[in-house]
Amino acid sequence: MSSLAAFAADLMTGKIKVIDLTQTLSPEFPTIALPPVFGQCAPFRMEEISRYDDRGPAWYWNNFSCGEHTGTHFDAPIHWVSGKDLPNNTTDTIDAQNFIAPACVIDCSVQSAANPDFILTVDVIKAWEAENGRIPAGNWVFLRTDWSKRSGADYANVKEDGAHTPGPDPEAVQFLVEQRDVIGFGVETIGTDAGQAHAFTPPYPAHFFMHGKGRFGLQCMTNLDRLPPKGALIVSAPLKIQGGSGSPLRVLALVG
Amino acid sequence: MSGTLPPRKPSDPLAVPAAPLAPPAGRSRAALGLAAAAARGRFALQCCGGCGAAQYPPRDLCHRCLGPDLVWRDVANGGTVLAMTTTRISADPYFRQHTPWRSGLVQLDCGPSAVAHLHRDVAGGERVRMRLHLDKSGQGVMLALPAVDTPDMDADPMLRQMTCDPRGRRVLVTDGRTAFGRAMAQTMLDAGAAQVFCGIADAWKPGPTPPGEAVDLDLTDTASVRRLAAEFGGRIDIVIDTALHIRPGGLLERGDIVRAREEMELAFFGPLRLAQALGPVLRGRAGDGTHAACAWVNILSIAALAPMPGYTTNAAAQAAALSLSTGLRAELRPLKVVTALVGPLDDAWHQAVPPPKVAPAQLAAAVLRALKGGREEIVVGDIAQDVMNRWIDNPATLARDLASG
Repeated sequence: MSSLAAFAADLMTGKIKVIDLTQTLSPEFPTIALPPVFGQCAPFRMEEISRYDDRGPAWYWNNFSCGEHTGTHFDAPIHWVSGKDLPNNTTDTIDAQNFIAPACVIDCSVQSAANPDFILTVDVIKAWEAENGRIPAGNWVFLRTDWSKRSGADYANVKEDGAHTPGPDPEAVQFLVEQRDVIGFGVETIGTDAGQAHAFTPPYPAHFFMHGKGRFGLQCMTNLDRLPPKGALIVSAPLKIQGGSGSPLRVLALVG
Repeated sequence: MSGTLPPRKPSDPLAVPAAPLAPPAGRSRAALGLAAAAARGRFALQCCGGCGAAQYPPRDLCHRCLGPDLVWRDVANGGTVLAMTTTRISADPYFRQHTPWRSGLVQLDCGPSAVAHLHRDVAGGERVRMRLHLDKSGQGVMLALPAVDTPDMDADPMLRQMTCDPRGRRVLVTDGRTAFGRAMAQTMLDAGAAQVFCGIADAWKPGPTPPGEAVDLDLTDTASVRRLAAEFGGRIDIVIDTALHIRPGGLLERGDIVRAREEMELAFFGPLRLAQALGPVLRGRAGDGTHAACAWVNILSIAALAPMPGYTTNAAAQAAALSLSTGLRAELRPLKVVTALVGPLDDAWHQAVPPPKVAPAQLAAAVLRALKGGREEIVVGDIAQDVMNRWIDNPATLARDLASG
């Protein structure tokens, strides 16, 4: 049996389980709120076309609208200025081989519960590696914070001085990109960067360094607590939007 | 002697509710000038440009000199009651709901005599104050009120058919996120509203607690508007849409349509969603009980009449909103649709605009006056009034004047 056939057989028998890492796309799900002078990402909206009625007697369907960065979504390298000139940096040109890759999950849920401004540092990553082994090249690194268990105001956690949510510092992101050659960085919060990451140098380091080196981002994921520290296989193909900077998507994890 | 307004009474769940009827609406085109004056709270009659005579009812020629040059002018509103009667039985479905109904013949100080609806405190032979009011079919009618205020005179059942006093009524203010929405809610509570629902969009964003009862409402989200209508539609008597979203930006300097789309969402699609979700419910309850559903207020920018420099796409959205509001008025009868056209707001988005600007409490007070006075068109703020005056005078020169800065 080929390895693919064995894989398919394991899927059929349930030996490999599929875990949905996706939040439901709904109008209420918080989107990133930039200062009002900037353009804003549209939240998810849905308008009914027909529902077995005079507009369409036997069928139900909707039009929907949203930003590329609404709900559980994928960030392509072109999203950030540091990745704007890279080849194949948009949702339609990224090699599809990238859309299936294993993940390492760094559990910082305890620290994040105690401190919404928890920062992922190189030391935290190295401590995880001491326990779980080195992060293999080409892996996703997911920061588990259990933030997805929060909802509404607690999830966005916006205060007068902006959002307060966990994220990595510049050194940690550079370490992951340069020393570990990760494929991307994924989180449960609204952005791959910490809520207060505007204060870092450079601002928003996860965006700056990841996208600057052609790596990807995944945001607003859920169920990271159901993943093993190593070895889950992540399926994360964004919509093939022409020239797109990202897209809402269904993120699936295969665990054996 | 006036009776006081009866307290709000819960509807008998087994009784068939009073249907939302309206009095006969047929009028000549000339007579529509009465409605136009009534909507603005003016007491204006046709006056002859040739001989100066005022006339009532409106006609196509001067009743005295047959001159065709008739203009609507504000006239003295005093009068004397010549005769009065009480209708106890009527063949008209609307008046059958409301008998006994008092009417009388009034000699107007400005010349003509007129058949008018009589306030219950008006007695025969005495001096009266005349007002033009919009009735439930949206037509301008003559009312004779006591020459001096009487106790609780607003509680007169006939007058209450012409006005939309929030006292005892339940009010929805759509946007409790802004100082304008919060001031509106507080003003309605202070005016005796039985309940004020205050819409809050994106409950996950922090913000001050609004007066009254905060409810989830995002006018840009159809599902949210439908949920609100399903939950509270049967308990709202007055809607006040305060979701004014005015952002600076010229048409060319912006270079995208993202912000213009946001403006259209809040100025046009939002009110459209709200009207589709709540309008039929309110209209169905427009004849129901002592505190029937009665009014729908749209707060719009005076820029709806002509674009202000630097606010071009916003003005276009406001023009669409004004057209929608006017269309809604025709479809929502017997409810009144009040259009409040405001000048520059005193908010963070108008920092570069010099005063005078409209303050939250000022706008709320103007809307309250409009509701109590039964008006459908108000203009709020000195700048808005100036623009309106110039628009009435000559819309073409106004647009060019504003365009030149």
